[in-house]
Amino acid sequence: MIPSRQNKTLRAGAIITATMLLIIIIGVFWTPYEPNAMDGSAKLQDPSLAHLLGTDNFGRDIFSRVVEGAGATFAIAAATVAIGLVAGMIIGGLTGYYGGWLDEVLMRICDAIAAFPSILLALVLIALFGSGRYKIILALGILFIPSFARIVRSEVVKQKSMDYVRNAKLMGVGDMRILFVHIMPNIVPVLLSTVAIGFNNAVLAEASMSYLGVGVQPPDASLGRMLSEAQTYLMSAPWYALSVGLAIVLLVLGFGLLSDGLGGRYDA
Amino acid sequence: MRYIIKKTGVLLVTLLVISLLAFLAFQIIPGDPTARLLGTDYTPERAESLREELGLTGNVFVRYWKWLSGFVTGDMGTSYSYSMPVSEVIEGKVAVTAALSLMAWLMVMAISIPLGITLARYQGSRADRAFVAMNQVFMAIPPFFLGILFTYLFGLVLNLFVPGAFVSFSDSFWGCLGYLVFPALAIAIPKAAMVTKLLRSSILAQMNQDYVRTAYSRGNSRWGVIRGHVLRNALLPVVTFLAMTLADIVAGSIIVEQVFALPGLGRLLLSSISNRDYPVVQCIVVLISFVVVFMNYLSDIVTQYIDPRVRLS
Amino acid sequence: MMLELRDLRVKFLSTGRQAVDSVSLAMAPGERLGLVGESGSGKTVTAMAISGLIERSGVELSGQVLFEGRNLLSCPRQELRAVQGRDIGVVFQEPMTSLNPLMKVGRQVEEALRLHTDLSPQERKALDLESMEQVGLPEPPVAYEKYPHQLSGGQRQRAMIAAAMVIHPKLLICDEPTTALDVTVQAQILTLLGNISRQYGVGILLISHDLSVVRRLCESVAVMYRGQIVERGRTEDVFQNPQDEYTRRLIAAIPTRKRHE
Repeated sequence: MIPSRQNKTLRAGAIITATMLLIIIIGVFWTPYEPNAMDGSAKLQDPSLAHLLGTDNFGRDIFSRVVEGAGATFAIAAATVAIGLVAGMIIGGLTGYYGGWLDEVLMRICDAIAAFPSILLALVLIALFGSGRYKIILALGILFIPSFARIVRSEVVKQKSMDYVRNAKLMGVGDMRILFVHIMPNIVPVLLSTVAIGFNNAVLAEASMSYLGVGVQPPDASLGRMLSEAQTYLMSAPWYALSVGLAIVLLVLGFGLLSDGLGGRYDA
Repeated sequence: MRYIIKKTGVLLVTLLVISLLAFLAFQIIPGDPTARLLGTDYTPERAESLREELGLTGNVFVRYWKWLSGFVTGDMGTSYSYSMPVSEVIEGKVAVTAALSLMAWLMVMAISIPLGITLARYQGSRADRAFVAMNQVFMAIPPFFLGILFTYLFGLVLNLFVPGAFVSFSDSFWGCLGYLVFPALAIAIPKAAMVTKLLRSSILAQMNQDYVRTAYSRGNSRWGVIRGHVLRNALLPVVTFLAMTLADIVAGSIIVEQVFALPGLGRLLLSSISNRDYPVVQCIVVLISFVVVFMNYLSDIVTQYIDPRVRLS
Repeated sequence: MMLELRDLRVKFLSTGRQAVDSVSLAMAPGERLGLVGESGSGKTVTAMAISGLIERSGVELSGQVLFEGRNLLSCPRQELRAVQGRDIGVVFQEPMTSLNPLMKVGRQVEEALRLHTDLSPQERKALDLESMEQVGLPEPPVAYEKYPHQLSGGQRQRAMIAAAMVIHPKLLICDEPTTALDVTVQAQILTLLGNISRQYGVGILLISHDLSVVRRLCESVAVMYRGQIVERGRTEDVFQNPQDEYTRRLIAAIPTRKRHE
């Protein structure tokens, strides 16, 4: 009875995420209007057939802009997760496989970092690095390493004592090969759920930072930046903020549901 | 008692380590603040004496010690951009952020604890399933978007408050609290959804324990079992989470302050970051970190009060 | 008859397994009856059906469980709860996990009184201490204030028995009460159960996989195999002259030393 609920969660997450991704991918090649094209004759229009979500104060098509912003936010999230995942796999894999005092120390540090609110840490890193698209990717990517490293480490520790690893060792397979060719594929199921929650957090973090004005800088697009822009026109064009916010919610929700569904399935 | 002393010792050491890390982090930033502070008045001599004044000379650990002893006695350095003591700069802002965070935290508990218990009590009912599904959506709404929705709905459409017209504590205590209600709610709702989910599943996990069967065998109803036996056990993980939630809320208020134009620590932190006013940034970061560490400490203490097994081991 | 099962059938909806297949059984007041069988034979499910601890929505239940003439399978939950703990007490296998880890032992022992009587807290505590004394818990006022993890395994099981007996039920269902305990403690607990039964005239339904344990406590025995009762009689008769092939195998499986105890 529990699996069926989780399957539903997984399916809902997959549908939402797939739909968003489809729109984003199409948006890379084609949007109804050029996202930055201004039209003085069509300022602050209500949603209509010509402009699905209306237009902003420069007469730009909001739907096209939201699609572009969602794509930018997704790209940043993907880059962030990639940094966290790769570095986390290397650090977590090596410390989990070899153990020892370095393992202890690194994991303690990871625990300590995990206890702190990520927004605060992100702001500290941005205070150090400065803002901008690549700096925010770097800052968030670094922040994501500990959570990936912790999960990879605990999975590697679990796998390490299994027979197939012992056999590989007996057959003289090198440590690196065992770790990255034999063990890693076995922890992919667990990593999938972690990656999904990573996307969830990355979208939220990017949107937060850019909303605050310390993330992506103009002229680069991002949902967070658009939301802060849209807030100025809350009175005259409420659908602008609403549609940007909804895009964030759908991205976060989709990945959240995916992670929930995957986690429930593989953790059991 | 020994447990508390031990934990207090760990707390103090952690605070020291964190303050050191925060201090060091802002020492490695490239660039010389004196150049910007002096502007056109810049001469190497003046820069040197200003550096002396700002405590930027000498061994890094000596400087740390000076800064730390100043910090605990209330002398938190001098702000670059306001040219006044950091303590005076942050004074009024701390109250706003503290009030906002506490209010949001109380809301999280007031919403999630009764709701989580009720959902677990009527597990599988239509209301339970509806709430579980809705919970996922609420968890996905970022507080700043919720804040914008509230600004539009309650501020612009229903005119329940005037967006941007913050009433300060000194002007009107109740007016100030009233203005903070919607920002606090914007922070609280996504967190409350998380805590509700955690509490509900924690209770349901406990319902499979052997002692629950024993309680049923004595003639308890489901509600009697939950209230009398399960709740205390189920709250253990929730207590820890709630403690971490307060720290998250303090950090999250940084963003929501921006939405509602609240003059709190968050807005100060942001303007200080863009002005490169590092004494202020450093002070705020250390303050929030202390909240994080202290809440962890508090949750350890509360947990051991609830759980006799921890108390004795 | 105090307890009578008529054609009891229990089928789990999740697995489709027929755990109990047409069991009929009767117990007189004060009788000590052993229900024996290997794991999966349906003995524990039978006991749980009697004590009303089977989640009704998860199984297909049919037949009757008559306790003093009232069918516990079909009566309203409220009535069932009035019988649970008041007239039927249960002692479980794992005393560690079967006690609430965060509740003082004393409060757990007197819970049945809190639920089923209008006694004052002082009166409840007096009965509570008396019950703990009877089961042989050392220094009841001290034990009252302790938490389960502070007691030894045997003491925990004594506390479980004290909690079931504090209100003097008519039937005590003991589900493998000694399996998790040391051998010497096992013997003490069995002796204690026997004494209590004789002193208060409480009937005991002992669920066990171990015929030698049943022999020490019960005057009669029922043997279950694949959800059915294959043999029922006085313990000594069954031991001396088993009628069923499965019973013979069970007796043969008892180590010789134990068989002649």
